[in-house]
Amino acid sequence: MDIRKVKKLIELLQESNIDEIEIKEGEESVRISRNRASSQPQYFSAPPAMPTAPAPVVAAPVAAPASTENKAAAMNGHVVKSPMVGTFYRSPSPSSPPFVEVGKHVKVGDVICIVEAMKMLNQIEADKAGIVEAILVEDGQPVEFDQPLITIV
Amino acid sequence: MLEKVVIANRGEIALRILRACKELGIKTVAVHSSVDRNLMHVRFADESVCIGPAPSPKSYLNIPAIISAAEVTDAVAIHPGYGFLAENADFAEQVEKSGFVFIGPTPDVIRLMGDKVSAIAAMKKAGVPTVPGSDGPITDDQTHTIKVARKIGYPVIIKAAAGGGGRGMRVVHSEAALLNAVYVTQAEAKAAFGDDTVYIEKFLENPRHVEIQVLADGQGHAVALGDRDCSLQRRHQKVLEEAPAPGIPDKARAAVAKACVDACVSIGYRGAGTFEFLYENERFYFIEMNTRVQVEHPVTEMVTGIDIIKEQLRIASGEKLAFKQSDIQISGHAFECRINAEDPKTFVPCPGKVTHFHAPGGPGVRVDSHLYSGYTVPPNYDSMIAKIITYGDTREQALNRMRQALDELVVEGIRTNQDMQRDLVRDAGFRKGGVNIHYLEKKLKS
Repeated sequence: MDIRKVKKLIELLQESNIDEIEIKEGEESVRISRNRASSQPQYFSAPPAMPTAPAPVVAAPVAAPASTENKAAAMNGHVVKSPMVGTFYRSPSPSSPPFVEVGKHVKVGDVICIVEAMKMLNQIEADKAGIVEAILVEDGQPVEFDQPLITIV
Repeated sequence: MLEKVVIANRGEIALRILRACKELGIKTVAVHSSVDRNLMHVRFADESVCIGPAPSPKSYLNIPAIISAAEVTDAVAIHPGYGFLAENADFAEQVEKSGFVFIGPTPDVIRLMGDKVSAIAAMKKAGVPTVPGSDGPITDDQTHTIKVARKIGYPVIIKAAAGGGGRGMRVVHSEAALLNAVYVTQAEAKAAFGDDTVYIEKFLENPRHVEIQVLADGQGHAVALGDRDCSLQRRHQKVLEEAPAPGIPDKARAAVAKACVDACVSIGYRGAGTFEFLYENERFYFIEMNTRVQVEHPVTEMVTGIDIIKEQLRIASGEKLAFKQSDIQISGHAFECRINAEDPKTFVPCPGKVTHFHAPGGPGVRVDSHLYSGYTVPPNYDSMIAKIITYGDTREQALNRMRQALDELVVEGIRTNQDMQRDLVRDAGFRKGGVNIHYLEKKLKS
């Protein structure tokens, strides 16, 4: 998004009584808030686009958790989402190699990762054949229902 | 004090719990279904976890998902709110077995009070007045059945032990009709609940619904926080509640409150709870106990000055009650109107987008609601979207404030029962006070 546009928005906010502006342009969006203690949930809900304007008036959103880095990763392929809440593991056990790496061929039904919940290890299978394009979650990271885990092209 | 709590609920009560946690410095985890991402409390919580798709069995009733969310967020305790899993003893047990604090009573007590027959027996034992009845199931001995009904006195009501919510019940006005009515009710019960066990109780023709709020710390201390009148109901759903219940002799009030407190201590109760009674001719008759916080808790908060949710959190943290019964003062009067997203004539739920929401205000007005302009009420859950609560020094002042508050309230974009509530607070019979549980349905029919 054009930085001049964003600057204009900040000026608008400062001059007015508005507390918050959010503008969406296609896939990009910017939200500018007035000096409020951050109310952004951290950890799990990664906003689809980061606010791009730092400015004295803006309340800093909670430091981006690890998962938001992954939004930069390509999401072109078929997305395998987590069917449950739990902890994401790339290998069957700490000492084993990961189920898949980027570039690996997978068939439908191949186990690609584990989501552990309440001491039970649930094997997540590829529901599309292809090549692993991106692994969006770090080993040992908590995931929520419907969270994108791995993409396959 | 608990460090981090999972709020295992949604809507207005989840927001209520979040607010109490914030006041006590407790970190909050909002677990929610995929359609509830934009719930107000989710946006304010320190952390949020999507636990499943919209349907409740896969989300708000999904025990492994909720406990898993507590695990991955390193939460310490889980608050179940009301409804959903709040009175599910298995859930409470699994929460505790998984190493978390369940904010509520112990699983055993939940089980005890969840079974209508065992709850009544426990209350009798503890000295709480119950409805005169057969004190157990009806047998094949017809002579005995007739004798029991005679002793109770007609009219009587035959109830299925496995029933509830108005189902599996039949009123009998005379001895001639008794035995046939028993057979028919047994057959219906077998078909509907798979269990033909029935018992008999005295049928109260025009009772009021009066309930007692209690708090117990599980360490031997319990207090009653006064009573509420919830007689305005439609199909067993409460619509408008008030505290205190009007027109009850002080002696009767105090006696039943003391019986409830003693019962709490005797069953080892912990947390917030409500004893529900039918009240007729200056007598109380226990019907059931709710082992959770209730929707209408705010009216008790207004007249006692006690924050019931904060007390639940303190009790769950292991604190003793900070007040004695003599510290509890009831002053003034409070009302609560439930605002539901429903068709005003047919009462069919009406989900949809709230294009404009404006909450009433002014002295003595409180609004407990998760609504905001632009919020979309999903179709998957119950239709209550707001509670308008008013307080006054007198019943009349509180009611007049409610009248004004309901006039100020704006909910545009969906249909609600707002006009019915506005009607009710102007109703002469209701304004007088002391109407019974049939009053609202009679009024709606006419």
